[in-house]
Amino acid sequence: MSIDISQFLDTFYEESFEGLDTMETELLGLNVGEADAESINTIFRAAHSIKGGSGTFGLMNVADFTHVLETLLDEMRDGRRDVTQPAVDLMLASVDVLREMLTALRNSEEVDSVRVSEVHDQLDALLKGEAASAEDDIVEGAVGDEEENAAVNSTAGWNIGFKPLSHLFKTGNDPVRIIKELSELGSLKASVDLSAMPEFDLLDPEECCLAWQIELGGDATEEQVRDVFAWVDEDCELVIEAIVSGAAEELEEVVDIEPEVIPTPDAVAEESVVNTEPTTASAPVSVAAEKAEVKPSSVPTKKPASPAAKKGSAAELGSIRVGIDKVDALINMVGELVITQSMLNQLGEDFTMDRVQKLQEGLSELERHTRELQENVMQIRMLPISFSFNRFPRLVHDLSSKLNKKIELKMSGENTELDKTVMEKIGDPLVHLVRNSLDHGIESPENRLAKGKPEIGILHLNAYHQGGNIVIEINDDGAGLNTDRIREKAIEKGLIGENESLSDEKIHELIFAPGFSTANVVSDVSGRGVGMDVVKRNIRDLGGVVEVKSKKDVGSTFTIRLPLTLAILDGQLVRLGDETYIIPLVSIIESLQIKAESVSTIAGGAELYRLREEYLPIIRLHEIFEITPVNRELVNGLLVVVEGDGQQAGIFVDDLLGQQQVVIKSLETNYKKVEGLSGATILGDGTVALILDVAGLVNLSRERVKALKKQAAVA
Amino acid sequence: MPTILAVDDSASMRQMVTFTLKGAGFTVIDAVDGVDALAKAKTAKVDLVLTDVNMPRMDGISLIKELRALPNFKFTPILMLTTESGTGKKTEGKSAGATGWIVKPFNPDQLLATIKKVLG
Repeated sequence: MSIDISQFLDTFYEESFEGLDTMETELLGLNVGEADAESINTIFRAAHSIKGGSGTFGLMNVADFTHVLETLLDEMRDGRRDVTQPAVDLMLASVDVLREMLTALRNSEEVDSVRVSEVHDQLDALLKGEAASAEDDIVEGAVGDEEENAAVNSTAGWNIGFKPLSHLFKTGNDPVRIIKELSELGSLKASVDLSAMPEFDLLDPEECCLAWQIELGGDATEEQVRDVFAWVDEDCELVIEAIVSGAAEELEEVVDIEPEVIPTPDAVAEESVVNTEPTTASAPVSVAAEKAEVKPSSVPTKKPASPAAKKGSAAELGSIRVGIDKVDALINMVGELVITQSMLNQLGEDFTMDRVQKLQEGLSELERHTRELQENVMQIRMLPISFSFNRFPRLVHDLSSKLNKKIELKMSGENTELDKTVMEKIGDPLVHLVRNSLDHGIESPENRLAKGKPEIGILHLNAYHQGGNIVIEINDDGAGLNTDRIREKAIEKGLIGENESLSDEKIHELIFAPGFSTANVVSDVSGRGVGMDVVKRNIRDLGGVVEVKSKKDVGSTFTIRLPLTLAILDGQLVRLGDETYIIPLVSIIESLQIKAESVSTIAGGAELYRLREEYLPIIRLHEIFEITPVNRELVNGLLVVVEGDGQQAGIFVDDLLGQQQVVIKSLETNYKKVEGLSGATILGDGTVALILDVAGLVNLSRERVKALKKQAAVA
Repeated sequence: MPTILAVDDSASMRQMVTFTLKGAGFTVIDAVDGVDALAKAKTAKVDLVLTDVNMPRMDGISLIKELRALPNFKFTPILMLTTESGTGKKTEGKSAGATGWIVKPFNPDQLLATIKKVLG
C-alpha cells in the first residue's frame, strides 16, 4: 500500500513558513554572548520540525540544508558552541535561504542552487571551524564497524541468548514480538529458560522472569539481528554468536514451552513458538548496497536543487487559522438563531393579531442574533496586526547595518486585530513607510550626537482601534520633513504656485503628490521608483487615509487610518431622484439645509458653499451621474458635507434616508471600475444601491471645476 | 481496531500520521503536545502511543514519564518519533519508559509496518 503524502505539503509549507518567522524573530531577539536558552531551544525546535517534515515529504535538499543548521543549533543548545554575531547573521541568512527554497518548491520553480550551496558552505565552514573533531572520531568508528560486519556476513546463522531484565514489560516491549520479528530473518528455533521463575505465590506477573536461547538459521547479518533487539538493547542481556557454517541447516523442530505457565501480561503467551521458513535472501544484499553509499564524512552531500514539481498549488490559496473559541462562539450563535427561527415558525403556524407583540419580540431577537453572528463571522477574518509587524525587526536590523545607523524598533498594539485582506494589502505600504523613515528620517549617529540627540534613533510602530477604524502609526525621532526643500521641489514640479502661501501641514502633504520625490540620491533602501503617491493610493484603495505630522529635528509620524474590514460598511443612505446612494459614514462631517445666501457661483458656473468661513465646492451628484433629480434648486435639497483625500466638499442630494450597515459588493469583479463609486450593495427591499467613493468624487468635481474654468476663460 | 494516540506539534506530520493510521483502520486520537496528549490519555483507552520528541510546553520525554506513571499506561507500547540518529534522545526516551522509536524521515508504509509489528 502506498499513500500519497503530497496532500499534506500545503500544511507543511504553511507551518514551515511560520517556523521560519519564529526563528527569525527569536534570532533577532538573541543577546549575543548570553543567549537565552529558551530562545535557542525555540529556534532549534523550529529548524528541527522543518528538517523532519522536509525529509518525510521528500524535499531532500531542504532536509540537507536544515540538517547543518540544526547541528549548529544543537551545539549552541548544549553549550558546546558560543552564540556569536557572525553565527546569528549566518543563521538569519539561512532562514532566508530556506524561505526561498520552500517558496520555490511550493511554486514548482527552480531553486537558486548557487545561493543555497553558498550559505550551505558557510554553515559547514562555521561548523567545521570549531568543535568538529569529536564527530570525525565517531564517523571513523562507524566505518570500522561496517568492515567488521562485512567480514562476518558469511555466517550460517546465529546463536542468540536473550534474557530480558525483569522490567521489560514496563517499557511496553514484548519478548514474543521480538522473537517473532527475528523469525522473519530466517528459520528459528527457540527454547525458553524457566530457571528464574519463582514459586507461583511469589510470582509477579508484571515482571519478566523468562529467558530464551534462540538459534537463527539463514544468512542474516549481525546488524539485522541487532536491529531487532535495538529497542530493548538496555533492557536485556543479549549474547549474539555466529554459528560456524553448516550448523544451522534444519531447524524445523518445534520447541515446546507450556504456554499456561508463562507469566506474561495480556495475551503474550499465546504464540510461544515461532517457526518459519527462511525468508528472502536478498535482504542482506540491499543493506550492503545502502551501506556502500555512506560517505566517511559528516558533510551531507549537496545535490543540485531538484525541481520537485509537486502538485500545482502555486498560488497562495489563502487559508486562515481560526481559534477554537471563535468557532465555538459562532456555533453557539447559530444555535441561538435556530431557536429563534423555530420560535418564529411556531408563531407563524397559527398567527392571530393579538400575538403581534410576540412576533415583534421574536423579530428583534432575530435581528440581534443576526448582528451578533455577523460580528462573529467578521471576527474570523480578523488577525492581530503582529502578523504584519513581525517582519519589521528583521527589516530594521538589516537596514540599520546597511545604512550605518543605530536604530531601536519599538512596537505596541501588536494584538490589534484587522481583516486579513486589509492586512495583506497594507504590508507593502507599511514597509515603504518604514524604509522611508529609516532612510530619510533617522539621522546617522554622528549627526544625532551633533544635534544633542541620543545616538540611537527610535522607530515606533503602533496600532490601535478608533471608531470603526484601525489606526497604524509609524513614528520616528529623526530629522523631520524638510519644509523648505519640499516647497522648493513642489514649485519646481509645478505642484504649487511660486507665491502660494501654505501652512507647514499643507506643504508636508505634498510629499504624497504624484511624481514627488525629494531624495537627492536614490538609494537602494527607499528609492525603488515607488513614491509616496503610490503608498497613498494603495491606502486609499483600501478605503483608508494617510497623514503625516512632522517637526524639524523632532521627528515625523505617519498615521494610517483603515477600515477594519472591506466587507461591511456603515453607510448613510441618500436619495437622488429615483436612486438611492450610500455615503460611507466615516467620510461624513455633517449634513445641513442649504441657505441660498451662502451659495456663490464662480467663473464657469462652479458653485461654492460658505460654511463657517470656509468655501466648499458643491458637488451636484445628478450632474456627475447624469440622472434626473427631484430638485435642481439647491435650497430644496440637502448638503452632505464630506471629507475625502484631505479635502472637504458638499454633496447635494434630494433627501437623507436611514443609516445602516451594508455589505459591499465589488463593482470591479462584477462589472468594471467606475470613477466616483467604490462598490454596490443590495438593500432590504432588494434594490441595488451604489456606494460613493468620496475621495474619488472630490477629485472628479475638482477636475470638473477646472474644466469649467478653462471653458469660461476661453469664452 | 486498536486506538492510537498520535502526538506531534507539527500539523503536517500530525495530518500525515493520522491519515495513514486511519487509512489502515486504526482509531486515532491526535494531540499537539505533551500537555494535550496527557489530558487526552487520561480519558481514553489507548493501545499505542506515537509521540514526537521536540515539542513546546511538554516534550515527548516528559510525556512518556508522565504516561508511564498512569496505571493504564504501565505496559502500553509508546513509540518516539525522532530525527536524531544519535543515541542521546533514544537513550533518554528509553530510560523514561519508551518502547522504541521510529526515525524520521519515515514513509507511511514504514510507519504502518512498525506499528503493526508492535501491536502484533
